[in-house]
Amino acid sequence: MILAWTIFLLMGTGLLAWLVSRWSDTLPRIISLAGTLLFLGIVLYIWFSHPADQQWIIHYTHSWIPSFGIRITLAEDGLSLLMLLLTAFLGVLSVLVSWKEIKTRIGFFHFNLLFILAGITGVFVSLDLFLFYFSWEVMLIPMYFLISIWGYENRTYAAGKFFLFTQASGLLMFLSILGLYFVHGRSTGMYTFDYEALKGTLMSQPTAFLLMLGFAAAFLVKLSTVPFHSWLPDAHTQAPTAGSVLLAGLLLKTGAYGLIRFVLPLFPQASHQFAPAAMILGVVSILYGAKLAYAQTDLKRLVAYISVSHMGFILLGIYAFNQIAMQGVIMQMVAHAISTSGLFIMVGVLHDRIQTREIGQMGGLWTQVPKMGAMGLLFVLASLGLPGLGNFIAEILILTGSFMASKILTGIAALGFIAATLYSLRIMQKVFYGPVLKKWEIADFGLREMIVMGSLAIVIIWLGLFPNSIFNATQQMVRGVIEQVNITANMPQNANR
Amino acid sequence: MITGPDIRSLLPIEILAGGMVITMLVVALKRNHTLTFICTLIILAAAFLSVLFVWPETPHAIGDLFLIDRFGYYFQALVLLSAFVVTLFSQISLKNFYPEKRKSAYYLLLLLATVGSATMVISTHFISFFIGLEILNISLYTLISYYRERPKAIEAGLKYLILAAMSSAILLFGMALIYAVTGTLSFTGLANTPPLPGSSEIVILIAGIGLMITGMGFKLALVPFHMWAPDIYEGASSPVSAFIASVSKGAMMAVLLRFFMMANLYGFKQIMLVFTVIAILSMLTGNLLALRQNNVKRMLAYSSIAHFGYVLVAFIAGKGMGVQAATFYLTAYIITILAAFSLITLISQSDNEAIDIEDYAGLFWKKPILATIFSITLLSLAGIPLTAGFMGKFYLLTAGVGKGNWLLAFTLVISSVIGLYYYLRFIFAMMRTDGQNFPIASHPSSLTGLLILSLLGAAVIWLGVFPAWLVSLVGSLT
Repeated sequence: MILAWTIFLLMGTGLLAWLVSRWSDTLPRIISLAGTLLFLGIVLYIWFSHPADQQWIIHYTHSWIPSFGIRITLAEDGLSLLMLLLTAFLGVLSVLVSWKEIKTRIGFFHFNLLFILAGITGVFVSLDLFLFYFSWEVMLIPMYFLISIWGYENRTYAAGKFFLFTQASGLLMFLSILGLYFVHGRSTGMYTFDYEALKGTLMSQPTAFLLMLGFAAAFLVKLSTVPFHSWLPDAHTQAPTAGSVLLAGLLLKTGAYGLIRFVLPLFPQASHQFAPAAMILGVVSILYGAKLAYAQTDLKRLVAYISVSHMGFILLGIYAFNQIAMQGVIMQMVAHAISTSGLFIMVGVLHDRIQTREIGQMGGLWTQVPKMGAMGLLFVLASLGLPGLGNFIAEILILTGSFMASKILTGIAALGFIAATLYSLRIMQKVFYGPVLKKWEIADFGLREMIVMGSLAIVIIWLGLFPNSIFNATQQMVRGVIEQVNITANMPQNANR
Repeated sequence: MITGPDIRSLLPIEILAGGMVITMLVVALKRNHTLTFICTLIILAAAFLSVLFVWPETPHAIGDLFLIDRFGYYFQALVLLSAFVVTLFSQISLKNFYPEKRKSAYYLLLLLATVGSATMVISTHFISFFIGLEILNISLYTLISYYRERPKAIEAGLKYLILAAMSSAILLFGMALIYAVTGTLSFTGLANTPPLPGSSEIVILIAGIGLMITGMGFKLALVPFHMWAPDIYEGASSPVSAFIASVSKGAMMAVLLRFFMMANLYGFKQIMLVFTVIAILSMLTGNLLALRQNNVKRMLAYSSIAHFGYVLVAFIAGKGMGVQAATFYLTAYIITILAAFSLITLISQSDNEAIDIEDYAGLFWKKPILATIFSITLLSLAGIPLTAGFMGKFYLLTAGVGKGNWLLAFTLVISSVIGLYYYLRFIFAMMRTDGQNFPIASHPSSLTGLLILSLLGAAVIWLGVFPAWLVSLVGSLT
């Protein structure tokens, strides 16, 4: 029940923030901050108090539309708890970074922000496929508004593109969900959207593969895998900073989460069939994303392409089907969220000060803004995979794991490290070092910005030094998924009916 | 021989028809706008209550003409509720925009059209169906062109007159052909006397059904019989457009569902193929034509073409789930479209209603409540979660996929993605800040109107979050 309450808490805070915006500009911010902090507090409480040896830490179910077998089933295991923690943390930060940046329609902005967070929370805790799709859709509309109202110059186009891509792929997933519902209903006589019940559905291989593709379409688009990535640079670049943080930090992760939570357990054999293609797509994304990142002149677009590249690692790791890679994937989900958020916030603050994102206009900023430079350096190093920071652990684990699955692809993927060094150092070189191209008179990070960046920095270093805190939390879940995928897939062809 | 139970089952229609006569007398005695309006409201409310009061446990047939069962009563209730809402907003529209004279006849026509629709939804015979349809049509001709001072009203009325008369003729011809083959005019009679497959009679029968589909497709504005819709929606005043979109189309869809169920026409492969093509064309054409519309009413007209294409997906899925899904979707759609048109009435400033997208620019910051409700209705039309439209679309897809109609399901999905674009365009327009300051309704917004509109908006959300009761209700209808 507490999970349902957290979702209501976020929605209620959003509504309240909107309502009070009639009277004050600061009040919505304070209310949103309080709401997200409370959310963070609840999640932290669950994190520290939960028993470690159960499959589901919290499990709540309630009837919703009985004629269709739709229930409100909310549950949390290590992975969802970790994702919720990330959601709450980035939620607080996105309220903070918008404090000065958003100057118009403040109430409605926070309403959207909190509804996105509510939708994402729903995605991470739903165990009923209908409810999952429901939440999946709920987060889209406010995101669309966030980009199209508070975004930059080309926002309408970017918002429209984001919406069409995610909506179209989401509907394909919905068709697959319905297909699965009927296949399961016909074979067992029990029509239900329940995740646990649908897990062992017997179906012929072509059916399973087609249904799996519907799910994969939605998740690969969200993960911005290469042929479907073109919405991402536009949406990330045009969104306000908080929007970029939520997009990169959370929305992309819902794709990875969906693959781990739904595609692998529901369609183990089909996933094995799909694995080679998926891993190739992953490697292509790593290299192509890196190449495009290097070629950008727009700083924010550059950071966006870094996401494409890093999401490639996630895809590669998921389809390696072993625990090491999967742990790496989960680590990467968290580390990428932190490091990219750091970079986006830095770019956002910079843009706020100098009104441009063109790298050509910058140069030699270090002397002007040493704090920003130092923070930038930290996150740039994180995203290129410097040992001691979170991303290094993640990428090494993914490559170690995928090496067992495919040596050639892993070899090629490892080239991504070199590319990462190139594009990352280019940021430092062009923005903070190098000749002073234009004399900017700008302020360095203020206290609020230092709190935001400082907390991100602590987390990214923590992840690099004490990765076990993540692994312990998700170990059981990872083992469960991997065993299930491998055992079910290696069984003799019992599912051919 | 009319019996007591017959009279009891037809109570709603009797109240409507009798009430109309009384209203006419009232108008003769004292010509007063408010009085006529209140009279109409009371009659509609009484008819609605009588529906609830005589809600049947077992179906009651009156000869071959009528079958009063839960399905029929459900649609009667829906028709009456919609007519109630339309009446409320007609009053606002009449009071604010139109000349002082000739207001009474409007309500009489509205009641008459409601009688026609309420008759249609319980008819099980070509005669009763056709009489109901014509009562509806003839009242609509006049209602559409009622405000003849408006530039496009006469044009719209005339267009509807010619096309509707034509489609009625085609419909009649189809009935005649069917009668020639089967010798019966009742829906069930058709099911009981099917001609032998392969005989020449079956060709005539199919031709007859085809012609009937043309006539019915016209009323539902399905592609390729859709040309009239945007002009009529634009030309008529918003409450009348709302009536056409909700009552008239809803009643026709109910007849279509009942006709196919009772006459058992689902077995005719060719006819179902025709419907599949019509459904696909309607979904795509409606949404594609709506894409570039800057006129709200034309946009809603095109979107309603697409929405009835969606309903056909459930219709094609057939008895059981299909009929339930269609009923659910119609209910959701009717509530939503009523809200949309009522909103146009409330926002409008003069008899040139607020129909251009520019009129809505920045509405969010001028009239936040109205803009929020309009956004909710648009999102519901687009089928976004938390609204009734989403649940409806889910129901339709479930029905379609359940029967294995993947082609239709895919088309529904693709066309609703296209549809999203134009709904979002209007929402985005409302959020703009740079919009020219169109003077929106300076007269005090009617409190009743606002209240009813809020109720409709709340109903859309309510059905989107707690649809279980309606699902089990429509499940119990057939």
